[in-house]
Amino acid sequence: MTMTATFLKRRETLLFLIIALMVVAFSTRAPGFGNPRNLAVIFNDTAILIILALAQMTVVLTKAIDLSVAANLAFSGMAVAMLNAAVPGLPLVLLILLAIGIGAALGAINGFLVWRLEMPPIVVTLGTLTIYRGMAFVLSGGAWVNAHQMTPEFLNVPRLGIAGLPVLSWVAVIVVVLVFLMARYTPFGRSAYAAGGNPVAAVYAGIDVGYTRFLAFTLSGALAGLSGYLWVSRYAVAYVDIAIGFELDSVAACVIGGISIAGGVGTVIGTVLGALFLGVIKNALPVIGISPFTQMAISGSVIILAVVFNARRERHRGRIILRNREAEDNSSGKAGKEALA
Amino acid sequence: MMALQHPVAEDRLAVPAILEMRGISQIFPGVKALDGVDIALYPGTVTALIGENGAGKSTLVKILTGIYRPSEGEIRIDGSPVVFSDAQAAIDAGVTAIHQETVLFDELTVAENIFLGHAPRTRFRTIDWATMNRRAGDLLRSLESTIDPTIRLKDLSIAQRHLVAISRALSIEARIVIMDEPTAALSRKEIDDLFRIVRDLKRQGKAILFISHKFDEVYEIAENYVVFRDGKAVGHGALATTPQDDIVRLMVGRTVADAFPKIAVTRGAPVLEVSGYSHPTEFRDISFTLHRGEILGIYGLIGAGRSELCQSLFGITTPTSGTVQIDGRPVTIRSPRDAIRAGIVYVPEERGRHGLALPMPIFQNMTLPSLGRTSRGGFLRLADEFALARTYAERLDLRAAALSVPVGTLSGGNQQKVVIGKWLATQPKVIILDEPTKGIDIGSKAAVHAFISELAAEGLSIVMISSELPEILGMSDRVMVMKEGLSAGIHPRAGLTPEMLVRAATGNA
Repeated sequence: MTMTATFLKRRETLLFLIIALMVVAFSTRAPGFGNPRNLAVIFNDTAILIILALAQMTVVLTKAIDLSVAANLAFSGMAVAMLNAAVPGLPLVLLILLAIGIGAALGAINGFLVWRLEMPPIVVTLGTLTIYRGMAFVLSGGAWVNAHQMTPEFLNVPRLGIAGLPVLSWVAVIVVVLVFLMARYTPFGRSAYAAGGNPVAAVYAGIDVGYTRFLAFTLSGALAGLSGYLWVSRYAVAYVDIAIGFELDSVAACVIGGISIAGGVGTVIGTVLGALFLGVIKNALPVIGISPFTQMAISGSVIILAVVFNARRERHRGRIILRNREAEDNSSGKAGKEALA
Repeated sequence: MMALQHPVAEDRLAVPAILEMRGISQIFPGVKALDGVDIALYPGTVTALIGENGAGKSTLVKILTGIYRPSEGEIRIDGSPVVFSDAQAAIDAGVTAIHQETVLFDELTVAENIFLGHAPRTRFRTIDWATMNRRAGDLLRSLESTIDPTIRLKDLSIAQRHLVAISRALSIEARIVIMDEPTAALSRKEIDDLFRIVRDLKRQGKAILFISHKFDEVYEIAENYVVFRDGKAVGHGALATTPQDDIVRLMVGRTVADAFPKIAVTRGAPVLEVSGYSHPTEFRDISFTLHRGEILGIYGLIGAGRSELCQSLFGITTPTSGTVQIDGRPVTIRSPRDAIRAGIVYVPEERGRHGLALPMPIFQNMTLPSLGRTSRGGFLRLADEFALARTYAERLDLRAAALSVPVGTLSGGNQQKVVIGKWLATQPKVIILDEPTKGIDIGSKAAVHAFISELAAEGLSIVMISSELPEILGMSDRVMVMKEGLSAGIHPRAGLTPEMLVRAATGNA
């Protein structure tokens, strides 16, 4: 197979082409949709989803799932917003680090339960999803933190333009680069792929699968905490129900981007494109006059299509394995004796 | 080769066979798993099917239960030809099988397990629980068991589960009962109970095919025997007139030719010393010393504790007592990571399940246990990884389009090379090979043997588990035989015969 053919067959390339095609198609209905300034707006709108999708990806790669990312975002966001309102003098850097730290701690709780108590990730994070939201309610007493209570610095930094893009977008770019490096060039990233690709083989290779999952959950939490600050500052309000249901968008971005829910398969680029795909649809449909409910149905259909697409690829791979295994079963024990004869 | 034109035992001509298989062959791509096999089963008679691992016994069972359709030959029931197009067809024809590993459902009740798929129905087509529980109770009582049909399977002991499996097999009106190593997991007392059931089935006129490795059991329960070797039925007859030695000879066949390229190596200093090594359930009081450049073969029946012993040495399970020394220094192994650090690696039998992450590229699989050596400052260096992978790919003559393709796309033999390469890359002192040539093609097999021998010549110490007598006898410097979790002696290769090994492993002198 030539390099070009391989490149074209990659799902990342395919997904990119589909997104480009969608942009072109939407431009014919809504002039100006495809111009660079609007694309930059779409990217900025999708920045938080990209970060959260990468958090989700890290966990899903290890054959787990983190349904608590949005609740974690809400709690961390609420905590720093209240702190900013209560003590306006605290430096922003400290607040951001605090958001990341709180998020990481909540993620570590998930990871600990999965690692040490060997609980199924979906049960753990379904539980912590409601617990973290409940904590946000207890913390705030159900009250909102509104724009006028937050400092201008807290609200404006993510909006500052640097080289044509807001800081929010740049933060997403930096997170993408860091997660890319982590997935590809660190022993932890490799261990995450191995833990998800074949947990038993990973154990045999001397990898502590439970600990790898713990780290993945902690990292996921840290990114959710960062997203908490970004969300509160972007929408200039903090309340208990922010980003509700957003954990499903993060899972959807991963699935569309080719991350296998069974673990061990997928790339950072795929996840980013999966998030951008959802971002483009979200931005385009209102422009061409489609109701939010239809949008939800469309997003849902795309997710199912993506899963069908993934399943077909998996099955193709499965067939090869099955064939080998069948041959193994049948030739087992025979070949040696024939060689001997 | 003895031709078996008339499988009907001479003195039994009066009673017609219930089931006859004539000229059955099963051909898989590249392998003839069964080659013109004839078998006859008679009412009220137990026929023992004897043969080494891989002789074709399981394939025969799969044909009889409708899972495989034979490439050649015919099956007759009561004299008329039948074709089992699927598993249900075999059940309808009255064939039932009790498997070695019983497939049951923990969360369902005993009665549900027995009648799963053919539960009695009420006239509204819903499950008739009362009838189902009553019939399950009847079946269990006929096996002289008092298990309550309404309790969940997970609350039963292994032996009780076995009874449930037998009840399940008997819940369909079967005339032909296949028992595939039914005693493997049972204690002597439970075996006695099982044999009482078998005799009961005999009295009911059922034809029984009894597959076992253990000669004492075979002689105790069966009247007739058939011996398989390399997919052929090489002998049959009445057990009463056949001494055990004859059967062992049939089973083992030819003497071992010098086809294995084990290079003679002068034994070096002790590398691995294991003493008094025990596990709560799997093995007890195992001691051996492995020298530099030596290959220690471990032979035994399936379930003798060979793999469990080696997995424990590799840190997968923790022993209750015993010590391990490497180069004379005691080491504590609590995880595979500890074992790898101490220089012990384990190449598992099930490559797919234990050895490889199939979606990951070849080079990433190869470097997985060596990430410490291919990274600097917390970052992996792809160039180092590729270099390491390339070194071992070349050494093992790995055939792949590129080192970046997923391992899942390789053939079985090449996958095995990736597993071995991955462990060699950790630069171990001791390498444990569990059934190293199971399921790989002849060409790769010879290459693997040559390679193992080369490794020993380079000074690596090797423990090799194998169920294939020619491989054990051809490759090992010494052979440890394991039986029911105990060491049944360590023998030097010189003067060792296949018969001696089989006897030691089956516990029948």
